[in-house]
Amino acid sequence: MAIPDVKEKLSGKVNEVTIGATSDDGGSRSKVVTIGGEDGYPMCGFEADYPNKPAVALELTNGSIEDWHPEAKKHVEDLAGDLGKWAAQCEEWGADLLCLHLDAASSSAEGRSADDCAEDVEEVLEASGLPLVIWGVDEDDVDNEVLPACSQAAQGENCLIGTAKEDNYRTLAAACLADGHKIIGEAPSDINLSKQVHILLKDVGMKLEDMVMHPTTGALGFGMIYIYTTIERGRIAGLDGDQLLQQPVVVNLGKEIGRVKRATLSEDQAPEWGPRSVRAPLWEAATAVSYLEAGANLFILRNPEALDQTKTAIDNMWPEA
Amino acid sequence: MFVIGERINGMFTEVKKAIESRDKGPIKDLAERQLEGGADCLDLNVGPSKGGDIDNMLWLIEAAQEATDAPLCIDTAKQEVMEKALEAVENPVVMNSSKAIEEQLENYVALATEHDAQLIALTIDKSGVPSDVDGRVGMAATIVTKAMEGGLDMDDLYIDPVILPVNVAPKQPRRVIEALRQMKIITDPAPNFILGLSNVSQNCKERSLLNSGYVSMAVEAGLNAAIMDALDEDLMNAAITAEVLMEKHLYCDDYINAYLSNK
Repeated sequence: MAIPDVKEKLSGKVNEVTIGATSDDGGSRSKVVTIGGEDGYPMCGFEADYPNKPAVALELTNGSIEDWHPEAKKHVEDLAGDLGKWAAQCEEWGADLLCLHLDAASSSAEGRSADDCAEDVEEVLEASGLPLVIWGVDEDDVDNEVLPACSQAAQGENCLIGTAKEDNYRTLAAACLADGHKIIGEAPSDINLSKQVHILLKDVGMKLEDMVMHPTTGALGFGMIYIYTTIERGRIAGLDGDQLLQQPVVVNLGKEIGRVKRATLSEDQAPEWGPRSVRAPLWEAATAVSYLEAGANLFILRNPEALDQTKTAIDNMWPEA
Repeated sequence: MFVIGERINGMFTEVKKAIESRDKGPIKDLAERQLEGGADCLDLNVGPSKGGDIDNMLWLIEAAQEATDAPLCIDTAKQEVMEKALEAVENPVVMNSSKAIEEQLENYVALATEHDAQLIALTIDKSGVPSDVDGRVGMAATIVTKAMEGGLDMDDLYIDPVILPVNVAPKQPRRVIEALRQMKIITDPAPNFILGLSNVSQNCKERSLLNSGYVSMAVEAGLNAAIMDALDEDLMNAAITAEVLMEKHLYCDDYINAYLSNK
């Protein structure tokens, strides 16, 4: 008797999204990064294709690093305040992309102006050839002023810019369309809302293939499972043919690690957990690997040690093309 | 839902006139409007128009293919028209339809596999439409058996349990729902299930409302295709809503727009 073929036959596929543009495509990046393209559930190498390895970005900020986890902060203390130097160092550490957070623009920070933020973007672009992710401050008024200026400063560089939300997406979408960038659609742990954000972005002219989905992010031990199931449900719908959920997924997890006591308590406070200098990056990498198994395609980390560990895990786990 | 738009049918005066005067404009317009409304496929039926059925069908195919690459559904009771149409059609094609008569099924299944076509088979035999559930389910079993023997993939088979108008056959809508449920249970892998939906409201006053209500019930019972009026927005919205409520599609606030943009 023939052995029945039990392979899943799926009609959908995760969109391939390329971030960055080299001089051939009107940009100045030394390389580009493509994520997505898989046509099966995560890690099912026996039945699907996985053309692009997930990518890992390191975060840098034009704001304060006071609230950074001490084990991440210690690596960047000498770099904070000098975005060019910091960007170059991230590249040396082996990041696939850079993610510039515009924290300084926040009304609770110094309220840095849109023009100054745009200069920050230019400084990062000049200092490193890596593709760039630009992340706003989660305040609609500020994002709507600052992100278009940054978008324009990075015109032609095919950055990934976020985040667009259900009640604030038009301005960012218009900027991304005008300046040739990809966009991050965000919905907090709500797959129905993610779909809604994508249809709204589509209605204002963004291509579904130019979107990356951010279901928001929780650290392992701090809400990771909710996001995990959100990614999982979206991916199943996307692979079943729902084009509004075929976007690759980004998780912005570096900043979440500081919320988890397993990663933050010192060895004096919890000697049985071992040295925090080992525990903290491991926790960050373990969170990333959890999301890798859910289907995430782009990870934004803070700790360069976690970057190494995550990239090693991806190399070991990712199905061969 | 696989929606086959029903409007290119010689029963409609506009289409009849277009066929008889060989005016492709109205046909192309209907094709485009139905696809825009959410149709996946276009039914082509020459109806009672003058001129030969074969010539008329070939002309309809030509007109439709000039407007779209979408699948076409060749709607004829005459095998010779079906054969000529299958030879001429270039778009993906659905044959509409065979009855559950063994000899005809064998012929039509062979035609479908030869032409890489999909096939609609009705639960009608020589004595007509069964008035009960069991008769329909029994014929569905015959259809599935013949399709499997002939090598037709279940994905390419649509079984139509034949709905009759509610005003003259009030027990039928409920029986067809029950038949859909049972047909789904006895088939594994299941074929597709389809209805000529508008028939439920033939000669009734509230046609759109009846069609909408019935499509919602039928989707719950397992219907995944329909020959229906894709220009009726309320009806299309009801069908999409029923599928969302049955978790065929993930909900979002603009789920109608999302469904239509997923085409």
